[in-house]
Parts: sequence; structure tokens; C-alpha cells
Amino acid sequence: MQPLEIYQQVKARFADQVLEVVEKPPDPFIVVDPAALVDICRFLKDDGALAMDCLSNQSGVDYKEHIEIVVHLFSYRHRHGAVLKVKLPRDNPRAPTLENLWKSANWMEREIFDLLGVQFDGHSDLRRLLMPEDWPGYPLRKDFVEPLEYHGISTTRESPIIRLETKKK
Amino acid sequence: MSTLRTEEMTLNMGPQHPSTHGVLRFIVRADGEVMREAIPDVGYLHRSIEKIAEKVGYHGFMPYTDRVDYVCAMFTNQAWGIACEKLAGIEVPKRGEYCRVIAAEFNRLASHLLSIGTMGMDIGAMTPFTHALREREMINDLIEELCGARLTFNYMRIGGVGWDLPPLWREKGLAYLDHFEPIIDEFNNLLSFNKIFIERLANVAPVSLDEAIDYNLVGPNLRACGKQWDIRKDIPYSIYPEFDFDIPIGSGEFGVLGDSMDRYMVRIREMKESVKILRQALKQIPGGSVVAKVARNFKPPKGECQIRVESARGDMGWYVVSDGTAYPYRVHVRTGSFAAMGIVRKLSAGLMIADLVALIASLDVIAPEIDR
Repeated sequence: MQPLEIYQQVKARFADQVLEVVEKPPDPFIVVDPAALVDICRFLKDDGALAMDCLSNQSGVDYKEHIEIVVHLFSYRHRHGAVLKVKLPRDNPRAPTLENLWKSANWMEREIFDLLGVQFDGHSDLRRLLMPEDWPGYPLRKDFVEPLEYHGISTTRESPIIRLETKKK
Repeated sequence: MSTLRTEEMTLNMGPQHPSTHGVLRFIVRADGEVMREAIPDVGYLHRSIEKIAEKVGYHGFMPYTDRVDYVCAMFTNQAWGIACEKLAGIEVPKRGEYCRVIAAEFNRLASHLLSIGTMGMDIGAMTPFTHALREREMINDLIEELCGARLTFNYMRIGGVGWDLPPLWREKGLAYLDHFEPIIDEFNNLLSFNKIFIERLANVAPVSLDEAIDYNLVGPNLRACGKQWDIRKDIPYSIYPEFDFDIPIGSGEFGVLGDSMDRYMVRIREMKESVKILRQALKQIPGGSVVAKVARNFKPPKGECQIRVESARGDMGWYVVSDGTAYPYRVHVRTGSFAAMGIVRKLSAGLMIADLVALIASLDVIAPEIDR
């Protein structure tokens, strides 16, 4: 099935919760209400004609005004996929977890929490994944400023060459 | 005899441990030799490659993609190339595609050789490792001649590849394949069909197909569960539809379906298929240019795409968002090792500690690919 047909089916069932259908190639996507994300995903997974048995990718993007969670679903049976997005406020981003539908969400959501600071409600083990547990801030946010040192370890290196260059300016 | 008082032990394995294929740590809760669970602790090799992408621009990011998975860097190169081409609608010249596939499949051989060699070494067979590395060195020599590097290649460009095949390279490649194909059988005799080796891997940590899809296992790990699925065939990209090759799957021939031995055997058999593809590609390669004309100041139009390639560690997904400027707005890499690591905690319950090493080796986990 083509993505747009899939989105029509979703829209027919969740008319109010599908906020936007963006048909722009190469990958069209839909934006859905965060509160309905789990229900829509369950429909996509359980419906026989859609059968999205694989959560292929889950990532987040910081758009400065809001944060988006991007969910790439895929069906091994029908060889088609869908892209779902939810928009979250930047000051307190919270999304429901997809872990109960696809186990692979566990680690991907931990990564999003780690790098973008999104809270996933209902997640079984929401800890930082890649960064140290006491790292300040969320590195993939656009306004993240790298701290100059971490536990007394400098994150920048003294360089006589760079010092000369900056002096020249 | 009265019963002994026992208690659960918490052990630390890694981050510096010879069998962890990079820097990787496990917190093992064990009852004697049997694990209750092994909790992976990753991130020691996190170099924030996704953040770097936002700072260096599209062309400039190509060498960084090598570092996502330095054991099969050709695939990360190719994936980045394909993602940019898809965003900007660039067509790669035929010869460029052939060069890409040839380089990538040689790289798959090298990567599988390393995986198989370390698999033997991890469970105590030292000699096969040296045999595997001997063969891999020759591939590295070939690739070095092609692009000047042995590990982090930076061979591909947006729109094609950096350099055409040097003189005589095609003949050298074919000669290597003639030399290498019988070595796969030698490898089987040396390692695969060794009774101790089989005993160590068969029936260890089997994964069912439903579980594999649930945890998003990809590539050889998925095929070992009996799923005939290969991005090269099923969501074709590049020029793979032009080649005749099979997809080896696990059959549970030594134990149960989807066990560590199946994962190992799938890789051995995939090498034969790569040899098949390489023979066809080296014979059929057409003339012409190897790279399309791409502006130096590359600015793809606003948009986003996800692409998937079949790397040596399976389906590698790149999600790229462009805001129309010379710098990608966001790049996300979903790799095979990342998914494989997510299932380790579940699989480790009830395993012997020594089998954890076999499990990690059979999943072919590469730490930099998890951490990026």
C-alpha cells in the first residue's frame, strides 16, 4: 500500500486526532495528536491490511518552537511503511511510550530522552543511554551549549595555534 | 551435607574486555555461573556524530560517516550518499553505482571475516582469527589501492565515488575472488564444523522470529531466525536488482532455529553470495564517469527522507532532515548493532557467563555503531 492510502485509512478512523497530512515527497508523513499516538499505532499494528509489525526507527528533532518525535513504521508482511510525527511543546515535552507495542522502542526512546530530553510516560526504564547520567542538558537541542568542563576534565583543548588565530581577529 | 548458603553476585564486565568488540560494559547479575541478567551499559564510544553532521555540511560529513561503523565504512558512506541524492534528486552514473557495489561487497567480506574470526577467538579458538585476518588484509590492500585508506575509507561522494578503479584493479579483484572462494570451505573445515565450536554455539540464546521483529533485529541476525529478508532484494536500491544472488537463512541445522550457530552460519554463507555479486559486478562494469556533477556548495531542497541499506550488520536506516541550507538540520542513524544490543538483556537471562561472550560475538555487535 502507498503511504497516502495508509494515511487515508488512519484519517478515516481517527479523523480528529490526525492533525495534518503532509504529502511532500520523498517521504510523506502525518502529524497526530500525542494523546492518540498509542491508539493509532495499535491500529496500524493490528489491522490485517496494514500489519506494521516493525518499529523501524524512532527519533526526535528539535525545531526550536517545538520538538517532534518521528516514528517510522514498517510492515514485513506487506512491505510498506508509514511515518508518524507528534509535536510536543519544548518546555515540557512528554509523549506516551510505544514500548508496549514494539520492544525496540525501549532503547530508541531512551536515546531520545537522553539527547533531546523528551519524557516518555509509561516507559519501563527511562535512563540516559549514551551520555553520562549526570550530564547537564540535552545535546541535540539546538540551543545546547557544551559545558567547558565535566568533572574537572576540560572539553576544549589549549592550542597555541588557535590562540594566535583568535588574537589576529 | 547441609545446603550451602548462596547469594547473587553482581559482576562488572568491561568496558575494557577483549570480547566486547570495542568499549562496552555489562553489569552482570549472576547466580554462580548462571546469569540472572546482563544489563548493557553503552555510550563509551559516543562521539556525537549526529550533532557533528549539523555543523560540517553535506560533503564534509562523508568522512565522519566512516566512523559510525568503521568495520564496514563503505556502507555508511553509501547510505549517506543515497540519502543526499534522494533529497536532491541526483542520479548516480552507472559506473559509479558499480564502483559503489564492488567496494561495498568487498567490505562486507572483510567485515564478515572479522566477525567470524573474532567469534572463534572469543570462545577460545585463536588460530582461525589469524586466518581470517590474513584474508581480510588482502581485501584491505585492494581497497587501499582504490581509495588510499584501509579502514575509514571516505571513498564515496554525493553523486558517485571519489576515484575510478585503478589500472589492473578489476583483474586483481577477480584473482582475489578465485583465491578466496575455496578459503570459505577451508574455514568451514577449520572452524565451523569443529565439534567444540558447535557445542559452544548451538542452542545458545535462540531468538524466535516474532521476537526478532519485535526488537527490530536486522540483517544476518534476522535472517538467522528464518526470515528471508534482505534490503538488497526486498527494497532494492542501487543496482542490486541486476545481480543474481541468494539470501541464506538460518535453518537450525546444529541446534534450534535462530541460535548463535545459525547467526554464525548465515554470515559464512553470505560471504559466498557476496563473492557471486562481486564476480558479476567486476565482469559487467560499464564505462563512463563515476560521479555525477554536484555543486560544491550542496544545498538540497527543504524536505526529509529515510533510506535503508543492507550493511554487513543489516538494515541501516538514515533519517535526514534538510532545511534548504548547506547544513543538514538533523541526521539520525539507526544501526543494526543498536537494535541487537537492545535484546541482550532479555536473551541473557539463564545463560552461562561464558555464553554471554558467544552471544555478543554471534550478534556481531560493533560498539561504535551503537554509540555513534
